[in-house]
Amino acid sequence: MATKTLKRNVGVAHSPRPFTSPIASAIVTVVAVLWTIPTFGLVVTSFRKKEDISSSGWWSAFTNPHFTLDNFRAVLSTGSGEVGTQGMLPFAINSLAITIPAVVLSVGFGLMAAYALAWIPFRGSDHVFYGLFALQGVPLQLSLLPLLTFFATGVKLFGHTIIPPLHIVGTIASVWLPHAMFGMPLVIYLLHNFVSTLPKELMEAARVDGANHFEVFRRIVLPLSLPAVASIAIFQFLWIWNDLLVALVFAGGTDDVAPLTLHLANLGGSLGSHWENVAPAALISIIIPLIVFFSLQRYFVRGLLAGSVKS
Amino acid sequence: MIPWSDIFHSSWPKIAQILAVLAIFFGFYAIAFAAGARVKGKKQNGLALSLFLAPAIILALTGLGIPAIQTFMESFKNADSSKWVGLTNYTRAVKDPDIRLAFYNTTAWVAICPVVVTSLGLTLATMLNKMKREAFAKALIFMPMAISFVGGSLIWNMMYQYEEPNMPQRGLVGQVMRSLGIPLQHLLLWHPWNNLFLMVVYVWGFTGFAMVILSAAIKGIPTDIEEAAQLDGATGFRLFRTITVPMVKTTIIVVLTTAMVGTLKLFDVIHTMTGGNFKTDVLSNRMVDENFVYLNYGRGASLAVLIFLGVLPITYYNIRSLRAERKHS
Repeated sequence: MATKTLKRNVGVAHSPRPFTSPIASAIVTVVAVLWTIPTFGLVVTSFRKKEDISSSGWWSAFTNPHFTLDNFRAVLSTGSGEVGTQGMLPFAINSLAITIPAVVLSVGFGLMAAYALAWIPFRGSDHVFYGLFALQGVPLQLSLLPLLTFFATGVKLFGHTIIPPLHIVGTIASVWLPHAMFGMPLVIYLLHNFVSTLPKELMEAARVDGANHFEVFRRIVLPLSLPAVASIAIFQFLWIWNDLLVALVFAGGTDDVAPLTLHLANLGGSLGSHWENVAPAALISIIIPLIVFFSLQRYFVRGLLAGSVKS
Repeated sequence: MIPWSDIFHSSWPKIAQILAVLAIFFGFYAIAFAAGARVKGKKQNGLALSLFLAPAIILALTGLGIPAIQTFMESFKNADSSKWVGLTNYTRAVKDPDIRLAFYNTTAWVAICPVVVTSLGLTLATMLNKMKREAFAKALIFMPMAISFVGGSLIWNMMYQYEEPNMPQRGLVGQVMRSLGIPLQHLLLWHPWNNLFLMVVYVWGFTGFAMVILSAAIKGIPTDIEEAAQLDGATGFRLFRTITVPMVKTTIIVVLTTAMVGTLKLFDVIHTMTGGNFKTDVLSNRMVDENFVYLNYGRGASLAVLIFLGVLPITYYNIRSLRAERKHS
């Protein structure tokens, strides 16, 4: 009781937190507004009429409101879509066809590897863990071309064929497979952070009861890690959905497997200031990640934290 | 109208493929788990390791490990990788004015963006702490994280759009400049400031990340430490400097290094907004151009190695602190 009163008194006497003042609120509000305006402008622009877009800024829509869905109809049906006349939807399906397998494989294999590194004792376990962690430091740029060549001709190291060609060039697998590979080190690291903190007693009790690794994983590790798995899967989803570099290198040649980001980058280049096409296309491409983000925000933030803040 | 049947025809193989991948993955592991559960004794560890760990290691090695070694070797070969040329690619890179510019620009990105993003994120996180409607403001600032840098670049292209001074402005930045009486500029062509305008896109996209992570760290500061400092009369900036900053130092470093690696590798913004023109090229974009526009694989590889060398000290530092952490626990 005494401390409570003391706290309240302190709160009155001093500002209880650094910077908690009207100025701080004002600054935060200004930043939040500034951060939102660009996206808001995009949303408004994509609903404006073509003539209006080309003759005035989006803010004039407040004094002169004329809105239309024509722009969306145009990019979804024909117009700026480049696969035949099918508009943007095929690219959205490509994005899904790339993102879903890549997320499932990287998180699935990652969780099993994280369990193995944390709970199956073997010689060299630490070295494998550090080695995988070090691979995080390899920039994508270093792997793009050799991997592309590998898909076409197999792996040759010092003149010896190590892996034969995979024959997936030009297919959608040649885009999701690199994503699954590149995501591996980070996913393992983040999930290992989580899996290694599971209570030891629980594992040992199960082992004493005669459960082997497969049973422990299925009955204990998998259910307990679901929140962590969800958050990292969301993180991976956004990362892969939003990627441009991997898409450009592995799907650059063919529209048939190009994801939304690549299509959008091409639109931005070729249509430049045709905002009536670019704006709704950009909005469509960010809608799915925004829905994922806002509906699963708590998991997403927790996933980010798992990697960077010690609990 | 939207041609649903055409779309269906072109996309059902892809949807079937998604389902096939999922079926194979889950099917294989369902069988493997059922079979593995029957194996008892010493063989079990080996079986579990090969089913749990081997796929991840194979994926990571074929995707990152082996290609990195190959690129490293390519960087000592000529344009079509048919001849060893020693250090030529590197010496050429040092001499070539375009690549030098890309190198300087990358250095500027790495020097400026991480510091701006981290300090802005820290300031916001501190100010927002325990503020009313904290979650709402955070969500707004964090939102660009969910938007691809391609989308963000197009959004900012519209913000920066240049119109003749006597025309109605379509870009918000132009409009604001005009109402403030600042002479209008082709912002993306205006060297060297155009680099800063590109950096704005990155800062806009990444500050939310820094803020959220630092905010979590600040909330983790034990309240008694803070209260003790307050009893000693520390408020406002002093409290920030003497308590907040030292207490979240580790997290500040994590955010700084993440942003450093991110800016070193950043490609999307440059590719979408300027394509590396108007003296805004960076190593990562130049590397892609060397490979796909100039078809000079050796030189592209040497630029990739340079990016790797930039990341290397950070990786080394991270592994060292990871080992220290593991030994403690």
